[in-house]
Amino acid sequence: MATSQTPTPAAEHRHHPAWAHQFDDMDQQREASSFAMWVFLLTEIMMFGGLFTAYLIYRLKYYDAYVAGSSSINVVWGFANTLVLIGSSFTMAMGVWAAQKGRRQQQVLWLVLTIVLGTAFLGVKAIEYKDKYDECHIPGQVIGKGFNATGGIGCSGEGANIAEELQHPKNANGREVPGKPAAAAEQIARQTEIFFVFYFAMTGLHATHMIIGIGVLFWLVWRAHKAEFGPEYYTPVENFGLYWHFVDIVWIYLFPLLYLINRIPHR
Amino acid sequence: MSTTTQAVMPETHYLNENYSIRSWLLTGDHKRIAMLYLVTITFFFFLGGMFAALIRLELLTPAGDLFQSDTYNKLFTMHGVNMVFFFLIPSVPAVLGNFLIPIMIGAKDLALPKINLLSWYIFIAGALFSLTALIYGGVDTGWTFYTPLSSGYLKTPVIVMGVGILIAGFASIFTGLNFIVTVHRMRAPGMTWGRLPLFVWANYAASLIMVLGTPVLAITLILLVLERGFHIGIFDPKLGGDPVLFQHMFWFYSHPAVYIMILPGMGVISEIITCFSRKRVFGYTFIAFSSIAIAVFGFVVWAHHMFVAGISTYSAMVFSLLSYAVAIPSAVKVFNWTATMYKGSVTFETPMLYAFGFIGLFTIGGLTGLFLAALGLDVHIHDTYFVIAHFHYVMVGGMVMAYLGGMHFWWPKITGRMYPEGWAKLAALITFVGFNLTFFPQFILGYLGMPRRYHAYPEEFQVLNVLSSAGASVLAVGFILPAIYFLWSLRYGEIAGPNPWNAKGLEWQTSSPPPTTNFLETPVVTEEPYHYGSDEEVTFGH
Repeated sequence: MATSQTPTPAAEHRHHPAWAHQFDDMDQQREASSFAMWVFLLTEIMMFGGLFTAYLIYRLKYYDAYVAGSSSINVVWGFANTLVLIGSSFTMAMGVWAAQKGRRQQQVLWLVLTIVLGTAFLGVKAIEYKDKYDECHIPGQVIGKGFNATGGIGCSGEGANIAEELQHPKNANGREVPGKPAAAAEQIARQTEIFFVFYFAMTGLHATHMIIGIGVLFWLVWRAHKAEFGPEYYTPVENFGLYWHFVDIVWIYLFPLLYLINRIPHR
Repeated sequence: MSTTTQAVMPETHYLNENYSIRSWLLTGDHKRIAMLYLVTITFFFFLGGMFAALIRLELLTPAGDLFQSDTYNKLFTMHGVNMVFFFLIPSVPAVLGNFLIPIMIGAKDLALPKINLLSWYIFIAGALFSLTALIYGGVDTGWTFYTPLSSGYLKTPVIVMGVGILIAGFASIFTGLNFIVTVHRMRAPGMTWGRLPLFVWANYAASLIMVLGTPVLAITLILLVLERGFHIGIFDPKLGGDPVLFQHMFWFYSHPAVYIMILPGMGVISEIITCFSRKRVFGYTFIAFSSIAIAVFGFVVWAHHMFVAGISTYSAMVFSLLSYAVAIPSAVKVFNWTATMYKGSVTFETPMLYAFGFIGLFTIGGLTGLFLAALGLDVHIHDTYFVIAHFHYVMVGGMVMAYLGGMHFWWPKITGRMYPEGWAKLAALITFVGFNLTFFPQFILGYLGMPRRYHAYPEEFQVLNVLSSAGASVLAVGFILPAIYFLWSLRYGEIAGPNPWNAKGLEWQTSSPPPTTNFLETPVVTEEPYHYGSDEEVTFGH
């Protein structure tokens, strides 16, 4: 294998401050970074995939409990959060566009809006978690009063007693309809613990990704503020956009899987 | 090596450019990061080896007289965890792959040098967790962490160890990701996919597994830690969970993981065999794509670890069949290596001795794998020493041999100095003899029914166990010798020169040790790899 001179990178590329020494030119750098982000998202899919598989296995085993658990979480908050997150995907896409165009103030604006929407999502999530805490729906016996879906003492909240609701369900008009026998209702209510395990594991892993994402956003806002991004170099914003959209898409799957299994009409 | 006497060290290279601690700890240079990994995993290799030595010491006598059964459980667990997650998984990729892949494809560095350094720090963080668990008494779950034993019953620091492995897994993900991006985007002009060295192909295939498999282990360990920490029923049947699900999720990573361990070793062997046969590699395309095939098949055979775990007979039959299928690409490699040597000018330098060892021992390890893939036979030998022997034939006889062969082969490139050939040949021989003496008796023990993971055994097994323990002490000598003479050679070794083996491949075109940017000017590749042929000077080895 012979060695010989290769064409040197174009002069204007060589002097770009973001140019890393291992790349021949900025094009190669952008392609490599973008490719790396896609491979990273592949690892994320596998990680969430493992969790989704486990969710599915238990959904098949404990379908009634999944329905009961799913019906007890607040679909209005969940739907609102879905809209918030889709909105943040829009502001993020605009942020990438502004970076490509090199419009500094717009970039900062759109990225800050993304932070605001992301934080709003986490705020709603915190309210939902607090409700579950009050209702004693946190799995295990370690946090709060311990898991109890059969009318535990001190467990407040409209849907805290899942067994009771299964015994005396109401239809869409608020009228009581025949429910499950007491023993069956109690058993299903106890089994909702596994649903809540996955509710917290999946939304928790998702929220962790959001928190990391918001942290990175602050860093990007700072760099955008210093006018580091423009038509020649916007890879960090673009790659982060991919990550942010990925986290949104995960939620798009989580929302129906957790909130919309087969809701009891009145809630 | 008559040509190397007048060789001189290059004036500046990656090792002497800057001596400060800071320049090492904050380096982006893939070669220096490889050296950081080398030091780290060598520590873990000898730590894991120490536990193995204690295991073999206990098994000298039938009675459990040296350790309590609980202590013994910890010994084999710490041996397995250290060797699998902190030595074998990173061994060839993170050390030799890190050092060689950019040079082999004519790049200045990996695509993501900071991620590469981050990977080492993450590895260290995981290692510290693991060592913490060790200091707090060690873990006795077995390296497989089966639930509900691990999540409910044991009082040992399982969470700390689990978190350590979880963290170390991300180091592996980042290494794999870096390799994939680098191979796709950083090849020098003319370095087409059809000209990639087979070592690169093998590491690329292993990287696919690291990237696709490791995240599943991560989520499995997270669920395990959640179950143990909060006492919730995910895998524990007493709490409504499903222990078989844990086994599915664990082996979905941990079976492909054995291909993370062996594939890069196969890449090393491909390079060594063709160099010391002075002949173009036989069936380049077949060897390259058999690596990919192993990576793909490797993902669909995991349940062969679970034939006695109560999975359905029909799925077991499918997994058995698929497990047989993995033997095909593996055999393709062995046949091609053998065919490469046929009518070649074979010489017997140390790396080649290790390669010979690899081919023989891997073949035995691979064929006994077929015994275990057979549904009926597996019921008889499941969880016996037959499994232990099979696994160690592939992992020690295969992977460690390949790792040592690769270390000898590229040592002159890494350090600029030759190791002492006589001592090295002796060490290779001792390793081979010691290895077989250690592990061959275990095949017989297992077939006769000695179960794994017990510290006591019936008296009729003693002769074979004594043989095995004696072999282990010989093997230890074979491993300690290279550590000594490699260190010795750093100062006293003969200056190697850029290409002591007269080998092809871009890594031999640059100085030894290479400069920080690998090449002074970007190479242009105009030939297929392994162009050993008639135009070659016949000075080698005479």
